[in-house]
Amino acid sequence: MASMKSLRGTAPSPAPVAGDGGAAVVLDGVTKRFGRGPIVLDDVSLSVAPGEFVCLLGASGCGKSTLLNLVAGLDRPTRGAVAVPGHRPSLMFQEPALFPWLTSAQNIELALRLRGVGKAERRTEAERLLELVRLEGSGGKRPHELSGGMRQRVALARALAQDSRVLLMDEPFAALDAITRDLLHDELTRIWQELGSTIVFVTHNVREAVRLGQRVVLLSSRPGRVAKEYAIDIKQPRRIESPDVSALSVRITDDLSAEIRKHATLRARAS
Amino acid sequence: MSAPTAGPVIETSRAGADLSAGLDALELGPAEPRTPPLKRVLESVLPPLFALGFLLAVWQLVEVTRDPETLPSPTEVWDSLRDSVSDGRVQEAVVTSLERGALGFLASVAIATPLGLLLAQVRFLRRAFQPIISGLMSLPSVAWVPAAILWFSLSEGTIYFVILMGAIPSIVNGTISGIDQVPPLFTRVGHVLGARGLTLARHVLLPAALPGYIGGLKQGWAFSWRSLMAAELIVNSSTFGFGLGQLLDQSRQLFDIPGVLVGILAILVVGLAVDLLLFSPLERAVLKRRGLVGAKG
Ligand SMILES: Nc1ncnc2c1ncn2[C@@H]1O[C@H](COP(=O)(O)OP(=O)(O)OP(=O)(O)O)[C@@H](O)[C@H]1O
Ligand SMILES: [Mg+2]
Repeated sequence: MASMKSLRGTAPSPAPVAGDGGAAVVLDGVTKRFGRGPIVLDDVSLSVAPGEFVCLLGASGCGKSTLLNLVAGLDRPTRGAVAVPGHRPSLMFQEPALFPWLTSAQNIELALRLRGVGKAERRTEAERLLELVRLEGSGGKRPHELSGGMRQRVALARALAQDSRVLLMDEPFAALDAITRDLLHDELTRIWQELGSTIVFVTHNVREAVRLGQRVVLLSSRPGRVAKEYAIDIKQPRRIESPDVSALSVRITDDLSAEIRKHATLRARAS
Repeated sequence: MSAPTAGPVIETSRAGADLSAGLDALELGPAEPRTPPLKRVLESVLPPLFALGFLLAVWQLVEVTRDPETLPSPTEVWDSLRDSVSDGRVQEAVVTSLERGALGFLASVAIATPLGLLLAQVRFLRRAFQPIISGLMSLPSVAWVPAAILWFSLSEGTIYFVILMGAIPSIVNGTISGIDQVPPLFTRVGHVLGARGLTLARHVLLPAALPGYIGGLKQGWAFSWRSLMAAELIVNSSTFGFGLGQLLDQSRQLFDIPGVLVGILAILVVGLAVDLLLFSPLERAVLKRRGLVGAKG
């Protein structure tokens, strides 16, 4: 079994956090509350297998980013435990969040440097990563000289530069136009198949989740809980507009709408 | 875990690559046409020249209608300037003052930068000292001159002390606000990439704070120069060099009104020149590199 290098938070009971042989990400009864505010995540348990592509789906404000931040170690759970055995996961934010004082290549090289890659190797490795996201030749450009889609690809390359086996992505393509997004879906699928990394992909776009994931986890809102899970066995490469993807998307959208509608009735009852 | 040595085989579907390249080309748009240099110079030089001409005209007008003893005409001032330039007094004073200003400014930077970083990071110290720093910023540094004379007597030390008291608070303030303006997102990215403590400061916080810091330096120079002139006007001794402030005061003692105006002009021009030739290009270069200003500035 993998060693537990990063165990964060405290479990209320000595729960067997790493019980399921060598999962890549384990959340065990995770509850999160900011100060005296409402409970954002309530008793979320989730286990992601190595090499698995999981999509977290939920309405806006249901706590998806909060959950990813917990897994990335940027925040601590109020209760429960988060474990990412082995590596520190890499996280791709909703915005590209590239450093504007560095070129694309330097942004990637910084990630390599902080990982401890030697100077000589950094340059060739950054070039290779740029090539992987099809940005060879744009390494010398600064972030503001790139288009939105190119910036997200640099951010992806930077996340890959961390060489973490676990890649967390927080709605990375939400701000992009449909064609660019489809293209990046293809590239992400290709990269995932090539590298075999574990990906936890957060989105509020049902079709995107079905297009990408092997498993879709539907979160409820207020508090965020795991509402439902779907295994997706449509063969890759998928197309977002294919009938298979559409059919499943319709089903999941119905469930998601039902989740959201519950709040309307709860609210009506409260007032 | 597995090092990314032999890169994964890149299965490029040609269509995908072409589509991607096409989109990139579309989104980037054609290269922006550069404004021709002549036009740029005209655009930046003409308006100030107009203002200068306007002021000279007003001056000439006032001079004609008033007592010529108290207000010399532009041509008289011009002659006085030519005289003091030809006997080298102005140049000498400019060099002396610039040397003092530069030394005092650099010493202020050396003291204020670590101080600012410390205050930006340690909340207790910041709560304790920031009100004092803000107070000092609004205190005209000429107020330090009497105290400085008593402590350091009539020496260059007095002048440097006044510069330090004028410039340090504003550079400290600039450093703090530079660090404050670093978007929290950058810090989080740094954390995700594994940077902590000094590594985070070196690779993320300091570069991100640079624009604010340079703004602080710019203001710090303005304060240095003002403080220096205040000190030089009052502190005068044959034991040390003769600066612009001393030149100005000497003209006053000789009732040389054109000389006084030449002194004021020289102080103005030197202060402005340092800003225009040093700090503004530096600031613009940094902002432009980050895409924070357009091609014209
Ligand atoms: N640092 C914080 N302090 C207080 N409340 C917070 C904080 N971060 C998030 N929240 C609250 O937690 C809830 C979930 O926020 P979160 O950003 O995780 O939602 P999300 O599912 O990512 O939404 P979106 O799809 O819009 O990105 C929100 O109600 C938000 O107000
Ligand atoms: Mg979010």
